[in-house]
Formats: sequence, structure tokens, C-alpha cells
Amino acid sequence: MRAIATFLYGRRGFYLSLLLLPPLLWLGTVYLGSLFALLVQSFYAIDEFTARIVPNLTLATYRQLVSHPANVDIILRTLSMAVAVTLTAAVISFPVANYMARYASPRMKAFFYVGVMVPMWTSYLVKVYAWRLVLAKQGVLSWFVDRLGLAPVLDAALTTPVIGGPSLASSYLGMFVVFVYMWLPFMILPLTAALERVPASLLQASADLGARPAQTFRNVVLPLALPGLAAGSVFTFSLTLGDYIIPSVVGAPGYFIGMMVYQQQGTAGNLPLAAAFSVVPIILIAIYLSLAKRLGAFDAL
Amino acid sequence: MTPAIELAGVSRLFGTLRALDDVSLSIAPGEFFALLGPSGSGKTTCLRLIAGFDRPTRGKVLLDGEDVTDVPPYERSVNTVFQDYALFPHMSVVENVAYGPRVRGVTPSERRRLALEVLELVRLGGLSDRAPSRLSGGQKQRVALARALVNRPKVLLLDEPLGALDLRLREEMQIELKAIQQQIGITFVYVTHDQGEALSMADRVAVFRDGRVEQLDSPRDLYMRPRTAFIARFVGSANVIEGELAKSIAGESRPFAIRPEVIDVLAMTELPPAGALGCEGVLEDIHYHGATSRWHVRTDAGPVLAAVWPESAGAAGAPASGSRVRLAWSRESLVPLEDR
Repeated sequence: MRAIATFLYGRRGFYLSLLLLPPLLWLGTVYLGSLFALLVQSFYAIDEFTARIVPNLTLATYRQLVSHPANVDIILRTLSMAVAVTLTAAVISFPVANYMARYASPRMKAFFYVGVMVPMWTSYLVKVYAWRLVLAKQGVLSWFVDRLGLAPVLDAALTTPVIGGPSLASSYLGMFVVFVYMWLPFMILPLTAALERVPASLLQASADLGARPAQTFRNVVLPLALPGLAAGSVFTFSLTLGDYIIPSVVGAPGYFIGMMVYQQQGTAGNLPLAAAFSVVPIILIAIYLSLAKRLGAFDAL
Repeated sequence: MTPAIELAGVSRLFGTLRALDDVSLSIAPGEFFALLGPSGSGKTTCLRLIAGFDRPTRGKVLLDGEDVTDVPPYERSVNTVFQDYALFPHMSVVENVAYGPRVRGVTPSERRRLALEVLELVRLGGLSDRAPSRLSGGQKQRVALARALVNRPKVLLLDEPLGALDLRLREEMQIELKAIQQQIGITFVYVTHDQGEALSMADRVAVFRDGRVEQLDSPRDLYMRPRTAFIARFVGSANVIEGELAKSIAGESRPFAIRPEVIDVLAMTELPPAGALGCEGVLEDIHYHGATSRWHVRTDAGPVLAAVWPESAGAAGAPASGSRVRLAWSRESLVPLEDR
């Protein structure tokens, strides 16, 4: 044992590569490899008669993806939902994260961390189905809203075109609520971590120099929290773009990208189209990240 | 004249801990005022109350005769240089300095002009577009100073501003800070735990202990006439003689302070000057500091007394470590202390 330790101690590079080899193999072959395979698949042709995949490189699948109005609809619908969910999650998370990072006593902070994490220990499917019941026409939420005397507000929301529907459980509004609920921890945790890294003396310095609290928030807190917001929003954004369970259990019948991928590679057996659909979120995230970078979200890292 | 700052019976309690206990003091306009004390003595709490980051549990804070006890920091004409500098990492040097004018609605070109002017004052003109992360400790310190001065505050608060700098830079900055203060003529309130810093820079010093001001005096009076044993030890590193030793030397049982530089160390063969007080002991160890050496002598009565031996007296004929020596001093050099 000692001989091995001595041998490794003097050979740092060898030691590090020994440690890194298994994860790099996994990441390189299984993860990136399959991603690359997916990318290649999306350029394969499909024989229209036999429905077999022919390894001839073609752009036909992508042409189909962007020229078919139904497909464009699906992409735009998913994208709008992802944007709405991300913005809402950010707005809801900020006060919580700010409280956890700056004001909570250690006990309270632990309580909040557990509170944020516990829902993630429960089965994802159970939560989605539970939400369908909560949002149902005779469900807990509509009963509660009724008790508060706010039924007209709910009715008004449900009669709004596009986001409305016969009940919350069968409307985009309800789906949106479930998405926000599901991904909220993924926004709160990185945002809390980012805010914790902002020293209290910076906020005091800002106030000391004459900035009112709103100015301090805009000029100091928000710019320094941007890396956390960027990290959190990548989670909420990409999780919404790729999810197929929530849209199939809750909400209006319109298709989402994840459902298309599921359907095309399963029942429809059109792997190239499924692959092309799953490339869409990758491209959208790449665009989003480059925008965030240009806005300076990572300057404070 | 209305004092620039006045604390009237200010207490600050954290739970049962009295961080400040009924402190009253008033600071004149243009004064360089130091708050000196060991850590946890309440000096920083005092500064935070003046800045407005904290509110007193009891008592009032007045700035320029006006009660600001409940006024938030962004409405006080007081600015702070923070111990950790607290520079905004996402802004360049000039943006940091221009922050005060910016939140007050000064136009971009005008606030840039103001910022560059103050950066010139702290001799940082060439670094205006650097990011704070690419500055040295001393440069960060100057940016923090410039940022606090750009608003032309009536009072500048400095919270151990030189604590993180190395000795040489610290001495340089002490001289420069003092020069800047005299040049712009605003009130400086300077928190430090370094008594040398307080004595060399301040016009007056308030020495804090356990949330109270133990003594408030000019540096010379603090050094020459300490009122208590704590002040004598903390400010002057003086010997405190009390109990049996005091009785045997001075004939009184009250405590006395005696500064190391007034104690003569004599070999046993030498006779003390006529009328001198003194005692005998064993030279235990010698700390060499260059210009002087500090000698620790274990007196026969028990306590160790420190004496200073100037290098100019020469090493020849100096008693060796471990030898018996005679200590002598004049009656006038004994400073009587409050007995408590």
C-alpha cells in the first residue's frame, strides 16, 4: 500500500489521469457519444415505404421540422411556456433566496433548505398526478378560490383565450402552474448560492454612498445575482423544453417538444424527426446562454 | 461650535450583551478622532451607529446638531471606508468611485469628472478603468477612500482601513491619510485596534473597553497620564505596579504606572542616583528591536517589569541575560492610577 502511495505521490499527472479516467470515459463515450449519435440520426433519411432508416445524409428532416406549421407551432408553444415558467420562477425565487441568503438564522435556513428539497424526494409522477387532482374542476384549488370569493377571477382567467380552458387541469394556465412548482427548487438553490456570495458590506457601501434600497437592488444585488439567475434559468428553461410528462397529464391537448420526441421515436417510429426535435432545445439553450453572456451574466463569476 | 458628531447616552444591546454601554462623546468639525480598543470593545459598533447601519437601543446620534438616530444611511452626509474595502466587483475603478454621484442622479460626464478628480487626489489617476480584482491591497484601499470622499461628506468614517496592509504600506498610508484629511479639512472618525496608529494620527482618541469609553484624551495625555491600569497597558505598554510591590516602592498600596523608557537598569555594582526609587531583580530576557531593546526583569517581589535600553547606550557594559540587576526611577515618573 505504502509503495503504491509513494509511487503515485511523485507522479501527479499520472495520479490525476487515473482518477479522471472513469468519469471521462463515461462522459466521453456514453454521454457525449450518444448525443453525437443523436445529432447524426437527425441527418439520416427515412424510407417512406418501409419506414426504415437509411444512413444517407439529408436535410429533409429539418426541412420538415421548420416548414410544417404544426411543428413550428409546437416549438413556439414549448418555447413560450419555457420563457413564462423561467421568468415566473425567477420572480418567485428571488425573495425566498434573498431571505435564505441574508436574513434567515442558521436554524431557519436549514428549515428552508429542507423545505425546498423535500418535494424533490417524492416521485415526480405522483406529484404531477396530485396536481391534476388539485387543479381539477371540483378540486381543492377551485374550492379554496371559491371560499375566498375569488371565483370570478378564476373564471375570467379560464375564459382568457389560449391560456384558458374548461378547468385549470385542462388549460395551459394549469400546466404553467405545475411547471413552475416542479422547477422552483432548481431556481431557488443556485440563486441562494449566488446571493450568499455577495458580502453584506457591499450592500452597506451602496446605502452609505446614498443609494435607496431599490437602487441598491438594481445596481448591486441584481448584477451580482445574475450568475445564479443564469444557472437557475438554464435549469427551468431546459427542463420545461424537454419535459413530456407534465404536458401529457395536465393541460390543454396541444403538443410539446418532449411529447413529439416521445411519440416520433415510439409509436411513429420516425427516429430522424425525433432526433431533429430534440436538437431544438439544444439550439435554444445555446442561443439563450450566448445572450446571457452578452448581457454580462457571467462577468461577476 | 456645533459638534460634527454627538453621541448622547448611546447603548446598543445584542440580547444580553452590552456592545455599547451609555456612551457619550462629541467630535468637533475637522477633527481627526480615533476610536481605539481591543476587538469586541464596541468601537466598530459605535462607528456603525454613526454610519446608520445600526440603531442604538437607547440614546441619540446627532450629526451637525441634527438628530439622525432614525435616519437611514443613504440620507446621512457621512461616508465610510470599509475594512474589507467593499468595492463593487462588477464595476471598474472609476465606476466604483462614481457610484455615489450616480445614485444621486449626477449626469454621466459630470460624475466621471468628479470621480477622476478624486482618483487624482489619492494618486490613482492611471488605473481608472481597471477592475477591482486586478488591484493590489494598497490600491484597493485608495479606491475605497476615493469612493467615500467623492460625495464630499461632512464626516468620513474609517473602519480599520489599513488593517489588511503590510507594515511599510501601512505607515505610508498613515502619513497620506493624515495629509488628505488636512487638505480637505473634513472630520475623520478612525477605528483601529493599533494604539500606535491612533496616537500618531489622531487629534483625540477615545479608548473603548467593554462597551464604555475608558478615557478620552489627546494622544500625549493618554500616553503620559493614563487614568487606569488598562489604559497604561493598552496605550503605553507601561508597567503597572500594584499591591505589595507598590507598597514597598512608593509606600502606598494604590496602583501606579511606570513607562519602560524611564526605568534605568543598573548593574549591581552601580549605585542608584540619590533620591531614586527602585528595586532589584533578575534580567530574564531581552527583546532586541534595533534602536532599542526591551528588557524583562523579574523583581524579587514577583512581578515582571519591562525596561527599555537604547542601542545608543552601547552593548558594552550591559548586564547579561540571567544576571541580577538594579532598577531605578525617579518619584515623578510614577503615574498614579485610579484604584478599581
